[in-house]
Amino acid sequence: MKKLRKNRRISHVVWLCMGVLLVGAAAAVADEPAPVGEIEAAVEGLQMNMNILWTCIAAFLVFFMQAGFAMVESGFTRAKNAVNIIMKNLMDFSVGSLAFFLVGFGLMFGATNGLFGTTLFGLSGVEPGEDWNWTFLIFQTVFAATAATIVSGAMAERTKFVGYLVYSFFITLLIYPIFGSWAWGSLLDGDGWLEGLGFLDFAGSTVVHSVGGWLALAGAIILGPRLGKYGPDGKPKAILGHNMPLASLGVFILWFGWFGFNPGSTTYADGWIGYIAVTTNLAAAGGAVAATATSWILLKKPDGSMALNGALAGLVSITAPCDGVTPLSAILIGLVGGALVVVSVIFIDRVLKVDDPCGAVSVHGVCGAWGTLSAGLFNMDTGLFYGGGLGQLGVQAVGVLAAFAWAFGLGLVLFWTISKTVGLRVSPEEEMKGLDIGEHGMEAYSGFQIFSNM
Amino acid sequence: MKLIIAYIQPHKLDDVKKALTEAKVSKMSVTNSLGCGEQMGYEESYRGIRFEVNLLKKVRLEIAVNEDYLQHAVDAIIAGARTGEIGDGKIFILDLADCIRIRTGAHGVKAIG
Repeated sequence: MKKLRKNRRISHVVWLCMGVLLVGAAAAVADEPAPVGEIEAAVEGLQMNMNILWTCIAAFLVFFMQAGFAMVESGFTRAKNAVNIIMKNLMDFSVGSLAFFLVGFGLMFGATNGLFGTTLFGLSGVEPGEDWNWTFLIFQTVFAATAATIVSGAMAERTKFVGYLVYSFFITLLIYPIFGSWAWGSLLDGDGWLEGLGFLDFAGSTVVHSVGGWLALAGAIILGPRLGKYGPDGKPKAILGHNMPLASLGVFILWFGWFGFNPGSTTYADGWIGYIAVTTNLAAAGGAVAATATSWILLKKPDGSMALNGALAGLVSITAPCDGVTPLSAILIGLVGGALVVVSVIFIDRVLKVDDPCGAVSVHGVCGAWGTLSAGLFNMDTGLFYGGGLGQLGVQAVGVLAAFAWAFGLGLVLFWTISKTVGLRVSPEEEMKGLDIGEHGMEAYSGFQIFSNM
Repeated sequence: MKLIIAYIQPHKLDDVKKALTEAKVSKMSVTNSLGCGEQMGYEESYRGIRFEVNLLKKVRLEIAVNEDYLQHAVDAIIAGARTGEIGDGKIFILDLADCIRIRTGAHGVKAIG
């Protein structure tokens, strides 16, 4: 994400011409040319409103990604836990919106004390109405909630609902905003040490996705695998998702929402929206193609669930570098992301033996790290492949490691504390019966015969 | 009175029903079932993990008939369901102690027909 690009004059000229026409018409009546200052003010006002409009539309697109996550996660899990999945997705957005408004936004974007922001809590001091801060708040809120909801997929089918609520509160209250202030604080009143180093993360491969992904890893480790996931010999078993069409609807919704996530992070209405939409789309397509090919080669069949993960992997990968790389680089970044996600899912499942039903750690944590590093390789100004040397790549690596240490470390502490207080895991009886009945007292598919003994 | 229980391939149900109708047997119950037999299973994979599926989807027919309809019904099921491949299914025939029509309270042969 970048500050308003004040030096982008080409589009200003276009708007200036339109402004001249409009003001000129008024001047014709008055028979007197309008002063240049007035025209410039009108143009500036128009540009500001366009920025607000675009940023709001982008925010609403990113909001819709919540629906995408809910569909992907319920599709990839069993029918007996579907109500629990949608409740987690609804509640992490709702709890997260409140916590981020009251505290998180101020920590992330308020005037900094060197480590985090200390003003703008609840947007205190900002007049209700036209102020840009309101637009910026809603845009940042949907980003914070995206980071929060990533974790739900990795912890699916065994997490106690109240434990998940506590986690949702703390990620949007503290964990996400403080890291965010290090990388993005100066987008408003803050200032962070990572952005001071020159760290590039345009729309949040690290700030949003890796932070969510590494928290998901911590959560899945503390929880342990679902019952029946690993045999007595330690070999992983397949626990089939109950609705692949629903999962694919979710991926299409996420892909659609990403046109708000990346191009929206310009927060500025000009031609860069289109350019970033192109790099974003190319990487997503590359990710889907590479994951299909990789699963075809490694697993003998083009696995649908891996291909869906692959599209998301491409999207997560391009999120950091999307504004600074060529379209061909974007394809390459997506292709690597798509191949990486398949290998990572298999590695986490078979070698680490961490049970991640939806591949959230691989998609968001691993590919988020890859995307962030790729900015150090492919950035047209500072990347290694463009004669920028190793400096940018080094800074990117610092950001990746900082995100891992912060999110994974605090995640372990948070989930361990939850497990020792309100509880993190449901009883084995409830897990077998399904969380829909145990946690929520209702079924997702009442009236349907579910033919499953798992 | 006999009770015929037949397990057939799901995609042969329409053919079996058609053959039964032609044999003037029009009363039956149909349920989905899972089973394994000589057909063995097949392999599926999900997110890189291969696993054997050996409970296959079958359709179970239950038909209660009077003795004079028994052979027609069995012939019709075979005509409709047989492909000559392993997995075509099985037919079981049981003696039926009684049959009661709930609406009228009629028993036995009358109630079946």
